[in-house]
Amino acid sequence: MSSQNLRIGILALQGAVQPHVEKLRALSAEPVEVRQPKDLDGLSGIILPGGESTTMIQLLKLNHLWDPLARFTRERPAWGLCAGTILLAKEVVHPAQESFGAIDISVSRNAFGRQLDSFIEIVSPTDHWVDQNRQEAVFIRAPRITQVGSGCDILFQMKSEPIMVRQGHALATTFHPELSTSDIFHRYFVDLSEQHG
Amino acid sequence: MNEMRLKTGLAEMLKGGVIMDVVNREQAVIAEKAGAVAVMALERVPADIRKEGGVARMAPPEKITEIMEAVSIPVMAKARIGHFVEARILESLGVDYVDESEVLTPADEQYHIDKFQFKVPFVCGARNLGEALRRIAEGAAMIRTKGEAGSGNIVEAVRHLRKMLSQMRRLTTLGPEELVTESKELGAPLSLVQIVAKTGKLPVPNFAAGGVATPADAALVMSLGAEAVFVGSGIFKSESPEKLAHAIVEATANFHDAAILARCSKGLGMPMKGLDIHQLRAEERLQERGV
Repeated sequence: MSSQNLRIGILALQGAVQPHVEKLRALSAEPVEVRQPKDLDGLSGIILPGGESTTMIQLLKLNHLWDPLARFTRERPAWGLCAGTILLAKEVVHPAQESFGAIDISVSRNAFGRQLDSFIEIVSPTDHWVDQNRQEAVFIRAPRITQVGSGCDILFQMKSEPIMVRQGHALATTFHPELSTSDIFHRYFVDLSEQHG
Repeated sequence: MNEMRLKTGLAEMLKGGVIMDVVNREQAVIAEKAGAVAVMALERVPADIRKEGGVARMAPPEKITEIMEAVSIPVMAKARIGHFVEARILESLGVDYVDESEVLTPADEQYHIDKFQFKVPFVCGARNLGEALRRIAEGAAMIRTKGEAGSGNIVEAVRHLRKMLSQMRRLTTLGPEELVTESKELGAPLSLVQIVAKTGKLPVPNFAAGGVATPADAALVMSLGAEAVFVGSGIFKSESPEKLAHAIVEATANFHDAAILARCSKGLGMPMKGLDIHQLRAEERLQERGV
């Protein structure tokens, strides 16, 4: 499927923005850095990158982006990674904090521990994923998805624990595909944005 | 290799953010509420180290633990240059990053820590590309400018950032045989010099530190190409730390937007007074340590 001229936003207030820019460019999609409400205009989808969710919440409010982005993620394709997953979730614990509720999951912050507990693992897809190939997954101070609503499909899991979940046009990943060489995850989101955007 | 990807991976997540020096739980909570991406736990902020003198060491473990328990964001802590035992202690406490820092009194005037021997990632200061690449060769997963810590004066951070960036730009224009000589002159491994020549940037994230005192200072170093900002004495030595901390976070994220910078620079009271770098004696300049 051609992703030419498909404009994909990346929330760029804080966090690992640049790796997504490079992945999207390599797929011929047009990355758009989102800092203000007007930056959401004309996007087919948006990536909420890894970073610090507490910082992002502050900045989303200061830049008057909280409400427009909450609306966008409930209506259009949105992919949260790590901190982004925390923003998209329905419920956040440890500690509790506000979120958009764009995907019916509960998330526990830093649930694998601190940086010394960060790790890289080869993980397996479920039947809901596009193929059966195992993929590398980089976890950095990662959150855990502790509950998954009935409307969600689990796309990847690790030791039977969900690490990538989809509900309609919303996608949540607790690891960092932007730090691995494969572009399959970004290709999946570009396709999803093309279909639903 | 994977170990290094995890170490630089956390630095990737901190980009576009502000890392604030804190000396206790209360300051750590203020920093987190203001939107800091991480805090740096230390015994005294650089301005106080400068004023009080004496040997500056790693913060006491109970202090670091207290700060780690108070916030959900990453906690960094400083070890003296070459003091691999302080670094081991910090690692065993579970801090998220160790800053092998010239702000503390060096423990070794010849060698830095062999940072590859650690699972915890390290950040190190640098004034130029040679220093940066030597620290990376020792295993640093993040570089920050040294600036002049505790001075409240941005001039040295600007000097170091500009120097590094222009040295990197120059490398991209050189031929393979010129890189060999350049490696000798920089005092840096050829393999790293070749990587910079190819990509035009450091192989690890490049942050700014040393002398940031206002939102405009933070925006300045971001505009010059820093990927995130460390603020030391600037915040808690100002008249209204909470407001200033917020404003510096906002300015760092919106560094290209002058209207936002103007708004968030209002009503902050007096910033820290600051020092004229030219009035400092050579032995008072922290940046000369550990080159």
